[in-house]
Amino acid sequence: MAEGEPTTEHSDSDSVQSVDFTAAGVREGFVAGFPVAVGVAGYGVVFGVVARRAGLSVAEAGLMSATVLAGAAQLVAVELWADPIPVVAVVATTALVNLRYVLMGAALRPWLQQLTVPRAYTSVFFFADENWALSIGTLRSGSHNGAFLFGSGVVLWLLWIVSTVVGATAGDLVGDPATYGLDFVATALFLTLAAGFWEGKESLRPWVVAATAALAVHAVVPGEWYILAGALAGAATEVVTYDD
Amino acid sequence: MIDALSLDPTVVAVILAMAAVTYATKAGGFWLLGRVDLTERAEAGIDVLPGAVVVAFVAPALAEGGVPEWVAAVATVAVARKTGNLLVSLAVGVAVVLAVRNVL
Repeated sequence: MAEGEPTTEHSDSDSVQSVDFTAAGVREGFVAGFPVAVGVAGYGVVFGVVARRAGLSVAEAGLMSATVLAGAAQLVAVELWADPIPVVAVVATTALVNLRYVLMGAALRPWLQQLTVPRAYTSVFFFADENWALSIGTLRSGSHNGAFLFGSGVVLWLLWIVSTVVGATAGDLVGDPATYGLDFVATALFLTLAAGFWEGKESLRPWVVAATAALAVHAVVPGEWYILAGALAGAATEVVTYDD
Repeated sequence: MIDALSLDPTVVAVILAMAAVTYATKAGGFWLLGRVDLTERAEAGIDVLPGAVVVAFVAPALAEGGVPEWVAAVATVAVARKTGNLLVSLAVGVAVVLAVRNVL
Protein backbone atom coordinates (compact mmCIF):
# COMPACT_ATOMS: atom_id res chain seq x y z
CA MET A 1 0.00 0.00 0.00
CA ALA A 2 1.33 3.49 -0.92
CA GLU A 3 2.63 5.59 1.93
CA GLY A 4 0.50 8.42 3.24
CA GLU A 5 -2.64 7.04 1.67
CA PRO A 6 -5.68 7.19 3.96
CA THR A 7 -6.41 3.66 5.07
CA THR A 8 -9.52 4.33 7.14
CA GLU A 9 -12.05 3.42 4.47
CA HIS A 10 -10.33 0.11 3.89
CA SER A 11 -10.80 -1.60 7.21
CA ASP A 12 -8.81 -4.74 7.96
CA SER A 13 -11.72 -7.19 7.84
CA ASP A 14 -12.19 -6.69 4.12
CA SER A 15 -8.52 -6.62 3.27
CA VAL A 16 -8.82 -10.19 1.99
CA GLN A 17 -9.38 -10.96 -1.67
CA SER A 18 -12.90 -11.49 -2.97
CA VAL A 19 -14.06 -15.07 -3.46
CA ASP A 20 -16.87 -16.70 -5.41
CA PHE A 21 -18.61 -20.07 -5.41
CA THR A 22 -18.69 -21.91 -8.75
CA ALA A 23 -19.01 -25.48 -10.00
CA ALA A 24 -15.45 -25.25 -11.32
CA GLY A 25 -14.35 -24.15 -7.85
CA VAL A 26 -16.06 -27.13 -6.22
CA ARG A 27 -14.28 -29.41 -8.71
CA GLU A 28 -10.91 -27.78 -7.98
CA GLY A 29 -11.38 -28.33 -4.24
CA PHE A 30 -12.51 -31.91 -4.83
CA VAL A 31 -9.39 -32.73 -6.90
CA ALA A 32 -6.97 -30.95 -4.56
CA GLY A 33 -8.56 -32.63 -1.55
CA PHE A 34 -8.37 -36.14 -2.97
CA PRO A 35 -4.83 -37.12 -1.83
CA VAL A 36 -5.56 -35.82 1.65
CA ALA A 37 -8.87 -37.69 1.72
CA VAL A 38 -7.07 -40.92 0.83
CA GLY A 39 -4.81 -40.45 3.85
CA VAL A 40 -7.82 -39.77 6.07
CA ALA A 41 -9.53 -42.89 4.69
CA GLY A 42 -6.80 -44.95 6.39
CA TYR A 43 -8.26 -43.72 9.66
CA GLY A 44 -11.79 -44.26 8.43
CA VAL A 45 -11.03 -47.96 8.08
CA VAL A 46 -9.63 -48.00 11.62
CA PHE A 47 -12.72 -46.18 12.89
CA GLY A 48 -14.98 -48.71 11.17
CA VAL A 49 -13.14 -51.62 12.77
CA VAL A 50 -13.21 -50.03 16.23
CA ALA A 51 -16.89 -49.02 15.93
CA ARG A 52 -17.90 -52.53 14.91
CA ARG A 53 -15.99 -54.00 17.85
CA ALA A 54 -17.69 -51.52 20.17
CA GLY A 55 -21.03 -52.97 19.09
CA LEU A 56 -22.24 -50.60 16.38
CA SER A 57 -23.68 -52.08 13.20
CA VAL A 58 -22.15 -51.23 9.82
CA ALA A 59 -25.11 -48.95 9.11
CA GLU A 60 -24.73 -47.15 12.46
CA ALA A 61 -20.98 -46.63 11.99
CA GLY A 62 -21.61 -45.31 8.47
CA LEU A 63 -24.37 -43.01 9.73
CA MET A 64 -22.02 -41.60 12.37
CA SER A 65 -19.33 -40.87 9.79
CA ALA A 66 -21.87 -39.27 7.45
CA THR A 67 -23.45 -36.98 10.04
CA VAL A 68 -20.68 -36.23 12.56
CA LEU A 69 -17.60 -36.05 10.29
CA ALA A 70 -15.02 -35.52 13.03
CA GLY A 71 -12.45 -38.31 13.19
CA ALA A 72 -10.95 -37.82 16.63
CA ALA A 73 -14.32 -37.24 18.30
CA GLN A 74 -15.82 -40.34 16.67
CA LEU A 75 -12.91 -42.54 17.78
CA VAL A 76 -13.17 -41.25 21.33
CA ALA A 77 -16.96 -41.70 21.34
CA VAL A 78 -16.85 -45.35 20.29
CA GLU A 79 -14.14 -45.98 22.88
CA LEU A 80 -16.68 -44.79 25.47
CA TRP A 81 -19.48 -46.87 23.94
CA ALA A 82 -21.10 -49.41 26.30
CA ASP A 83 -24.48 -51.01 26.97
CA PRO A 84 -26.41 -48.94 27.98
CA ILE A 85 -24.78 -46.06 26.09
CA PRO A 86 -23.36 -43.37 28.44
CA VAL A 87 -25.20 -40.67 26.50
CA VAL A 88 -24.07 -37.64 28.48
CA ALA A 89 -20.41 -38.70 28.48
CA VAL A 90 -20.45 -39.45 24.75
CA VAL A 91 -22.11 -36.20 23.71
CA ALA A 92 -20.11 -34.01 26.14
CA THR A 93 -16.82 -35.58 25.10
CA THR A 94 -17.73 -35.04 21.45
CA ALA A 95 -18.26 -31.34 22.16
CA LEU A 96 -14.98 -31.03 24.06
CA VAL A 97 -12.89 -32.84 21.47
CA ASN A 98 -14.42 -30.61 18.79
CA LEU A 99 -14.01 -27.33 20.65
CA ARG A 100 -11.06 -26.42 18.45
CA TYR A 101 -13.52 -26.20 15.52
CA VAL A 102 -14.91 -23.00 17.07
CA LEU A 103 -11.54 -21.33 16.50
CA MET A 104 -11.05 -22.94 13.11
CA GLY A 105 -14.51 -21.82 11.97
CA ALA A 106 -13.74 -18.29 13.14
CA ALA A 107 -10.59 -18.27 11.02
CA LEU A 108 -12.69 -19.03 7.90
CA ARG A 109 -14.89 -15.97 8.38
CA PRO A 110 -13.09 -13.47 6.10
CA TRP A 111 -13.75 -15.61 3.03
CA LEU A 112 -16.93 -17.55 3.86
CA GLN A 113 -18.81 -14.41 4.90
CA GLN A 114 -18.73 -13.36 1.25
CA LEU A 115 -20.84 -16.38 0.29
CA THR A 116 -24.63 -16.65 0.64
CA VAL A 117 -25.79 -17.83 4.07
CA PRO A 118 -26.89 -21.33 2.88
CA ARG A 119 -23.58 -21.86 1.08
CA ALA A 120 -21.48 -20.67 4.02
CA TYR A 121 -23.36 -22.78 6.57
CA THR A 122 -23.33 -25.82 4.28
CA SER A 123 -19.58 -25.39 3.71
CA VAL A 124 -18.77 -25.37 7.44
CA PHE A 125 -20.45 -28.78 7.88
CA PHE A 126 -17.83 -30.24 5.55
CA PHE A 127 -14.72 -29.09 7.34
CA ALA A 128 -12.42 -31.38 9.29
CA ASP A 129 -8.82 -30.74 10.39
CA GLU A 130 -7.23 -31.77 7.12
CA ASN A 131 -9.36 -29.97 4.54
CA TRP A 132 -9.76 -26.93 6.80
CA ALA A 133 -5.97 -26.54 6.82
CA LEU A 134 -5.78 -27.15 3.10
CA SER A 135 -8.48 -24.54 2.42
CA ILE A 136 -7.00 -21.90 4.70
CA GLY A 137 -3.65 -22.44 3.00
CA THR A 138 -5.21 -22.01 -0.44
CA LEU A 139 -7.24 -18.92 0.51
CA ARG A 140 -4.30 -17.30 2.28
CA SER A 141 -2.21 -17.60 -0.84
CA GLY A 142 -4.76 -15.47 -2.69
CA SER A 143 -7.16 -17.97 -4.28
CA HIS A 144 -10.58 -16.59 -5.26
CA ASN A 145 -12.18 -19.99 -4.88
CA GLY A 146 -14.80 -19.73 -2.12
CA ALA A 147 -15.99 -23.27 -2.97
CA PHE A 148 -12.63 -24.87 -2.15
CA LEU A 149 -13.65 -25.80 1.40
CA PHE A 150 -16.90 -27.35 0.17
CA GLY A 151 -15.24 -29.29 -2.68
CA SER A 152 -12.37 -30.61 -0.58
CA GLY A 153 -14.87 -31.40 2.19
CA VAL A 154 -17.17 -33.42 -0.05
CA VAL A 155 -14.37 -35.70 -1.25
CA LEU A 156 -13.18 -36.15 2.33
CA TRP A 157 -16.74 -36.88 3.47
CA LEU A 158 -17.34 -39.46 0.73
CA LEU A 159 -14.09 -41.33 1.39
CA TRP A 160 -14.66 -41.10 5.15
CA ILE A 161 -18.04 -42.83 4.80
CA VAL A 162 -16.80 -45.44 2.33
CA SER A 163 -13.72 -46.27 4.42
CA THR A 164 -15.83 -46.52 7.58
CA VAL A 165 -18.14 -49.03 5.90
CA VAL A 166 -15.15 -50.97 4.56
CA GLY A 167 -13.56 -51.08 8.02
CA ALA A 168 -16.78 -52.06 9.75
CA THR A 169 -17.44 -54.79 7.17
CA ALA A 170 -13.92 -56.19 6.89
CA GLY A 171 -13.29 -55.98 10.63
CA ASP A 172 -10.27 -57.94 11.72
CA LEU A 173 -8.87 -58.42 8.23
CA VAL A 174 -7.40 -54.92 8.17
CA GLY A 175 -4.05 -54.19 9.74
CA ASP A 176 -2.48 -51.10 11.18
CA PRO A 177 -2.31 -47.97 8.94
CA ALA A 178 1.30 -47.51 10.14
CA THR A 179 2.24 -50.45 7.90
CA TYR A 180 1.64 -48.23 4.90
CA GLY A 181 3.02 -45.03 6.40
CA LEU A 182 -0.52 -43.60 6.40
CA ASP A 183 -0.13 -42.61 10.06
CA PHE A 184 2.33 -39.94 8.88
CA VAL A 185 -0.01 -38.33 6.32
CA ALA A 186 -1.63 -35.93 8.81
CA THR A 187 1.75 -34.83 10.23
CA ALA A 188 3.20 -34.37 6.73
CA LEU A 189 0.14 -32.36 5.72
CA PHE A 190 0.38 -30.05 8.71
CA LEU A 191 4.14 -29.58 8.22
CA THR A 192 3.59 -28.64 4.60
CA LEU A 193 0.98 -26.11 5.67
CA ALA A 194 3.28 -24.74 8.37
CA ALA A 195 5.92 -24.17 5.68
CA GLY A 196 3.33 -22.13 3.78
CA PHE A 197 2.04 -20.18 6.82
CA TRP A 198 5.53 -19.12 7.87
CA GLU A 199 5.76 -15.33 7.58
CA GLY A 200 9.33 -14.95 8.72
CA LYS A 201 10.49 -13.67 12.09
CA GLU A 202 7.05 -12.41 13.15
CA SER A 203 5.72 -15.98 13.13
CA LEU A 204 8.45 -17.18 15.47
CA ARG A 205 7.13 -15.93 18.80
CA PRO A 206 3.49 -17.11 18.51
CA TRP A 207 4.65 -20.43 17.04
CA VAL A 208 7.17 -21.16 19.78
CA VAL A 209 4.53 -20.35 22.40
CA ALA A 210 1.94 -22.51 20.58
CA ALA A 211 4.33 -25.48 20.35
CA THR A 212 5.48 -25.16 23.95
CA ALA A 213 1.94 -24.90 25.31
CA ALA A 214 0.80 -27.83 23.16
CA LEU A 215 3.68 -30.03 24.39
CA ALA A 216 3.08 -29.08 28.03
CA VAL A 217 -0.69 -29.72 27.89
CA HIS A 218 -0.20 -32.91 25.88
CA ALA A 219 2.14 -34.22 28.57
CA VAL A 220 -0.33 -33.74 31.44
CA VAL A 221 -3.89 -33.64 30.03
CA PRO A 222 -5.37 -36.63 28.18
CA GLY A 223 -7.28 -36.12 24.96
CA GLU A 224 -7.08 -33.44 22.33
CA TRP A 225 -6.93 -30.39 24.59
CA TYR A 226 -3.36 -29.62 23.58
CA ILE A 227 -4.47 -28.38 20.14
CA LEU A 228 -6.85 -25.88 21.68
CA ALA A 229 -4.38 -24.85 24.38
CA GLY A 230 -1.50 -24.39 21.94
CA ALA A 231 -3.59 -22.47 19.42
CA LEU A 232 -5.05 -20.16 22.07
CA ALA A 233 -1.64 -19.56 23.66
CA GLY A 234 -0.13 -18.66 20.27
CA ALA A 235 -3.00 -16.32 19.39
CA ALA A 236 -2.98 -14.74 22.87
CA THR A 237 0.74 -14.05 22.52
CA GLU A 238 0.09 -12.21 19.28
CA VAL A 239 -2.77 -10.21 20.83
CA VAL A 240 -0.63 -9.18 23.82
CA THR A 241 2.48 -8.29 21.82
CA TYR A 242 0.69 -6.69 18.87
CA ASP A 243 1.90 -3.15 18.28
CA ASP A 244 0.21 -0.72 15.93
CA MET B 1 -23.41 -60.84 16.13
CA ILE B 2 -25.48 -57.78 15.32
CA ASP B 3 -27.06 -57.40 11.93
CA ALA B 4 -24.90 -55.16 9.71
CA LEU B 5 -27.86 -53.08 8.59
CA SER B 6 -29.64 -52.72 11.92
CA LEU B 7 -30.35 -49.20 13.13
CA ASP B 8 -31.18 -49.07 16.82
CA PRO B 9 -33.35 -46.00 17.59
CA THR B 10 -31.33 -45.14 20.71
CA VAL B 11 -28.02 -45.43 18.87
CA VAL B 12 -29.35 -43.27 16.04
CA ALA B 13 -30.52 -40.64 18.55
CA VAL B 14 -27.07 -40.53 20.22
CA ILE B 15 -25.37 -40.25 16.82
CA LEU B 16 -27.64 -37.38 15.81
CA ALA B 17 -26.92 -35.61 19.12
CA MET B 18 -23.19 -36.00 18.43
CA ALA B 19 -23.75 -34.60 14.93
CA ALA B 20 -25.65 -31.61 16.36
CA VAL B 21 -22.94 -30.61 18.86
CA THR B 22 -20.23 -31.11 16.25
CA TYR B 23 -22.03 -28.88 13.77
CA ALA B 24 -22.55 -26.32 16.54
CA THR B 25 -18.77 -26.11 17.07
CA LYS B 26 -18.04 -25.87 13.34
CA ALA B 27 -20.65 -23.18 12.68
CA GLY B 28 -20.39 -21.48 16.08
CA GLY B 29 -17.06 -19.71 15.66
CA PHE B 30 -18.00 -18.57 12.18
CA TRP B 31 -21.38 -17.28 13.38
CA LEU B 32 -20.03 -15.59 16.50
CA LEU B 33 -17.36 -13.66 14.64
CA GLY B 34 -20.03 -12.00 12.54
CA ARG B 35 -21.81 -10.73 15.68
CA VAL B 36 -18.93 -9.00 17.45
CA ASP B 37 -16.75 -6.08 16.40
CA LEU B 38 -13.09 -6.90 16.64
CA THR B 39 -10.19 -4.61 17.36
CA GLU B 40 -7.11 -4.75 15.14
CA ARG B 41 -5.31 -6.36 18.02
CA ALA B 42 -7.86 -9.19 18.23
CA GLU B 43 -7.75 -9.62 14.46
CA ALA B 44 -3.99 -9.99 14.60
CA GLY B 45 -4.58 -12.84 17.06
CA ILE B 46 -7.10 -14.53 14.77
CA ASP B 47 -4.68 -14.01 11.91
CA VAL B 48 -2.05 -16.20 13.57
CA LEU B 49 -4.62 -18.87 14.54
CA PRO B 50 -4.21 -21.16 11.53
CA GLY B 51 -0.43 -21.30 12.00
CA ALA B 52 -0.83 -21.76 15.75
CA VAL B 53 -3.34 -24.61 15.28
CA VAL B 54 -1.01 -26.34 12.84
CA VAL B 55 2.03 -25.97 15.12
CA ALA B 56 0.07 -27.12 18.18
CA PHE B 57 -1.12 -30.18 16.26
CA VAL B 58 2.32 -31.11 14.95
CA ALA B 59 4.57 -30.49 17.98
CA PRO B 60 3.37 -33.42 20.16
CA ALA B 61 3.12 -35.73 17.12
CA LEU B 62 6.79 -35.09 16.38
CA ALA B 63 7.83 -35.24 20.03
CA GLU B 64 6.20 -38.69 20.27
CA GLY B 65 7.80 -39.87 17.05
CA GLY B 66 11.30 -41.18 16.60
CA VAL B 67 14.10 -40.87 14.08
CA PRO B 68 11.95 -41.95 11.09
CA GLU B 69 9.34 -39.25 11.82
CA TRP B 70 11.99 -36.58 12.40
CA VAL B 71 13.89 -37.38 9.21
CA ALA B 72 10.61 -37.48 7.28
CA ALA B 73 9.53 -34.17 8.84
CA VAL B 74 12.71 -32.43 7.69
CA ALA B 75 12.30 -33.93 4.20
CA THR B 76 8.62 -32.87 4.06
CA VAL B 77 9.36 -29.26 5.05
CA ALA B 78 12.34 -29.07 2.67
CA VAL B 79 10.27 -30.32 -0.27
CA ALA B 80 7.32 -28.08 0.69
CA ARG B 81 9.53 -25.00 0.75
CA LYS B 82 11.27 -25.94 -2.49
CA THR B 83 8.25 -26.99 -4.57
CA GLY B 84 5.24 -25.57 -2.75
CA ASN B 85 3.44 -28.70 -3.97
CA LEU B 86 1.27 -30.45 -1.38
CA LEU B 87 1.00 -33.80 -3.13
CA VAL B 88 4.75 -34.04 -3.74
CA SER B 89 5.66 -33.16 -0.14
CA LEU B 90 3.05 -35.62 1.24
CA ALA B 91 4.40 -38.39 -1.00
CA VAL B 92 8.00 -37.64 -0.02
CA GLY B 93 7.07 -37.52 3.69
CA VAL B 94 5.29 -40.89 3.62
CA ALA B 95 7.99 -42.51 1.44
CA VAL B 96 10.79 -41.29 3.73
CA VAL B 97 9.03 -42.39 6.93
CA LEU B 98 8.48 -45.88 5.45
CA ALA B 99 12.05 -46.12 4.14
CA VAL B 100 13.69 -45.07 7.40
CA ARG B 101 11.43 -47.38 9.45
CA ASN B 102 12.51 -50.30 7.27
CA VAL B 103 16.20 -49.42 7.62
CA LEU B 104 16.13 -49.05 11.41
